[in-house]
Amino acid sequence: MSDPISLISTWFHNLLLGWGLPEGLVNFIGDFIGAGVVATVAMLVVIVLIWVERKVAGRMQDRFGPNRAGPYGLLQPIADVIKIMTKELITPDGADLIPYNFAPILSVAAVLLIWAVVPFASTVVGTDIHVGALYIIAVGSFGIVAVLMAGWSSDNKFALLGAARAVAQMVSYEVPMVLALLIPVLLAGSMGLTSIVAAQNVWFIVLAPIAALVFLIASMAEVGRAPFDLLEAESEIVAGFHTEYSGMKFGMFYVGEFLHVFTIGALIATFFLGGWRGWGAETYPILGFVYFYAKAFLGYFVITWIRLTVPRIRIDHMLAFSWKFLTPLILAALMVTAVLVKMLEDANVWVYSLGLLVANVLLIWATVEILKWLERNRTPRRQTFKGRPVAVAPKSSTSANS
Amino acid sequence: MSGLEIVFLVVALVTLYAALEVVTTNNLIHAALWLIVTLLGVATLYVLLNATFLAVVQVMVYIGAIAILMIFAIMLTRKIGEAAEDQTNQNWPVAAVFGFLMFAGLSVIVVFSGKNAIMQGAVDSGQIVTELGQVLVSPNAYVLPFELASVLLLAALVGAIVVAWKK
Repeated sequence: MSDPISLISTWFHNLLLGWGLPEGLVNFIGDFIGAGVVATVAMLVVIVLIWVERKVAGRMQDRFGPNRAGPYGLLQPIADVIKIMTKELITPDGADLIPYNFAPILSVAAVLLIWAVVPFASTVVGTDIHVGALYIIAVGSFGIVAVLMAGWSSDNKFALLGAARAVAQMVSYEVPMVLALLIPVLLAGSMGLTSIVAAQNVWFIVLAPIAALVFLIASMAEVGRAPFDLLEAESEIVAGFHTEYSGMKFGMFYVGEFLHVFTIGALIATFFLGGWRGWGAETYPILGFVYFYAKAFLGYFVITWIRLTVPRIRIDHMLAFSWKFLTPLILAALMVTAVLVKMLEDANVWVYSLGLLVANVLLIWATVEILKWLERNRTPRRQTFKGRPVAVAPKSSTSANS
Repeated sequence: MSGLEIVFLVVALVTLYAALEVVTTNNLIHAALWLIVTLLGVATLYVLLNATFLAVVQVMVYIGAIAILMIFAIMLTRKIGEAAEDQTNQNWPVAAVFGFLMFAGLSVIVVFSGKNAIMQGAVDSGQIVTELGQVLVSPNAYVLPFELASVLLLAALVGAIVVAWKK
């Protein structure tokens, strides 16, 4: 009973074999169903996520959040889904039909593809390819293609500008993100996600807090949520690349975004929080699921929390933040980690962990000091207010309007 | 025919068709999108040959970077409203001849070298990345080309900054 997924999978496998199907076909059917289940569960999680997001947002903004449909408003997402499904699908006249209709599908698929390599429990992983970390980066690029397709095929200037902006943001934040993923890979000595989880006797967030932080920030920018939600700006580019989408086609982008946030939570859990590991998870793989999803939800909660706390950042600040702050920081962290890992190769686990942790803390301290120094030596750009008291009339007002 | 061969045939046909579309369609953005399909097809062929690393790098570099930059450049420079234009100029027969010669040369090499990649199949996966990494920095192998490429890229980076510098 401790490992139901493997049990079911083996039973099903043997059942089909018992029917006389060839081995290859049975494996194929098994993988096919497995992929379907993983994708469906991920999509169902989104329904919960939307409720969680609205409820958390409500609490943080000192209101109740949805509380009418069902107990605690639990049925609210269902009502939303029904509503969005009944809406009309509008296609603009000049739209390029195939890319226009394919873009929403691709944007969800790009996120779902990531789930293929995520280990859920000690015995349950979609596929354990040895270049898992690289694969995650690679399939992420389909999301960018989807944005470009949507923006271009809508035949709308706002959509086009929105797509250009979105892609500029995604491409520039990919650099720190890839470098941040390199650190867990370095620590684990493998790019396979299963090996990375297996290597986390000490969670990598302890060994590489900078990498975890940079990965969190960069991947938030990748999704385009507040404070990086410049993809949508009502006063500048309307709703960005999905301006022309309505009904469930818009819904797909929406689902894709939520799913992407949760996927980032799952990736943070896998790379930095020990994945499915926890007390008893190796003897009882079912516990691995619990730990994994708990950690993924923790990551999701943190992202939501940041989203609701921090105001949005201006576009030039955002790009400067990536190139002038995150990238140098993660490069420094990468070099320090690489040197330390080699130096502490034979040390015991306490010295090793403590060494890396202290190095990271020192690096953060140095960064803060450099930032302070830069701030002190900056030529002040802001004009100081040397005005008059508010309620006094200007002296030179020689009856211009009186 | 085994399942693998059927998959290979389908993928190869799709790739070839997409490649043909890249050079014949009149719409630049469509050409770029078809190029993505072509590159994805090639990546799938790598997967069929068990070269997972190569496949993933293909997707990351060619689709994730190059194809996206191409589309981006087209979007920024063209009047995409009037997208239809000629794909060819008067030099196309020459290009076609050279393309055919290249294809013939590659075919000769593949047929007569006796090395059939599909038949060889299973190259091991996990080990290859490690070996590749060591070969790239080993003085007996490819360290010089590797470093030269790095210097070239660095020069390009510096050049781009100089071009963009407004002073």
